[in-house]
Amino acid sequence: MDLTLIYYLVPSMIMFCCGVYGFITRHNMIAMLISLELMLNAVDINFVVFNRYLYPHALEGMFFTLFAIAIAAAETAVAIAIIINVFRAAKNIDVADLTKMKN
Amino acid sequence: MESVGSIIIYVVVALSIILFSVLTVTTRKILRSATYLLFTLFATAVIYFKLDYEFLGAVQIAVYAGGIVVLFVFSILLTSKPGDNSRSLTSRKRITGLLAALATLVVAGGALISRCSMAFSSLPAMDNPDMKELGSTLMGAGQGQFLLPFEAISVLLLACIIGGVVVARKR
Repeated sequence: MDLTLIYYLVPSMIMFCCGVYGFITRHNMIAMLISLELMLNAVDINFVVFNRYLYPHALEGMFFTLFAIAIAAAETAVAIAIIINVFRAAKNIDVADLTKMKN
Repeated sequence: MESVGSIIIYVVVALSIILFSVLTVTTRKILRSATYLLFTLFATAVIYFKLDYEFLGAVQIAVYAGGIVVLFVFSILLTSKPGDNSRSLTSRKRITGLLAALATLVVAGGALISRCSMAFSSLPAMDNPDMKELGSTLMGAGQGQFLLPFEAISVLLLACIIGGVVVARKR
């Protein structure tokens, strides 16, 4: 058996779909952020796998993933700061109940 | 041909990625969700190691599994009680989510099938990128080198530190 490109793309595709499902169905803001991380991670896997299989002597995909990991870390830190601030103001981080800024 | 050990590693990793990412979005306890996310990230790191990108695997473990998951666990413990269940889903919301996930699956799977010949290319030989090569790629300003994105990331991280402090401090 030969491990071809598609053997890596299918798990990452399923991971991305799980992220989409979780992002829509979750109520808790942190759980939504976790689903977002799943999607980002699936895309990272794709970059690395394409780089390794199609352009083995270039490093573009690997470095793109490196920068994507750094940006994901920054994004998570700021998002969690915002979520904690919202929690302090509203005692709640459920997206369905946070309606203060409507109307 | 791959060795039997490498195929066994692949099967374990692929199954754990699928299983734990499904569990991450379906479990009702949010702390468990973060733990399953940790397992998914570890499995991803194993994929990076398996594809000969050792540096990237180390970064994945250090930044994702070590940094981001700790942030998640801290903020979960700050904002909810440990025994809390998330409220149960209405069937309408679950159907919407399933439809969106299936639509994504169909589009991505269709794209994959339409590029069938590429999807079955086998693993080409490659020397592991050593530290010297990685460093010169990261720090060079020539073609295929990444000094400018590196500096942009450093400015982004500075903005992120300031933003985090400003947003989260007590007034």
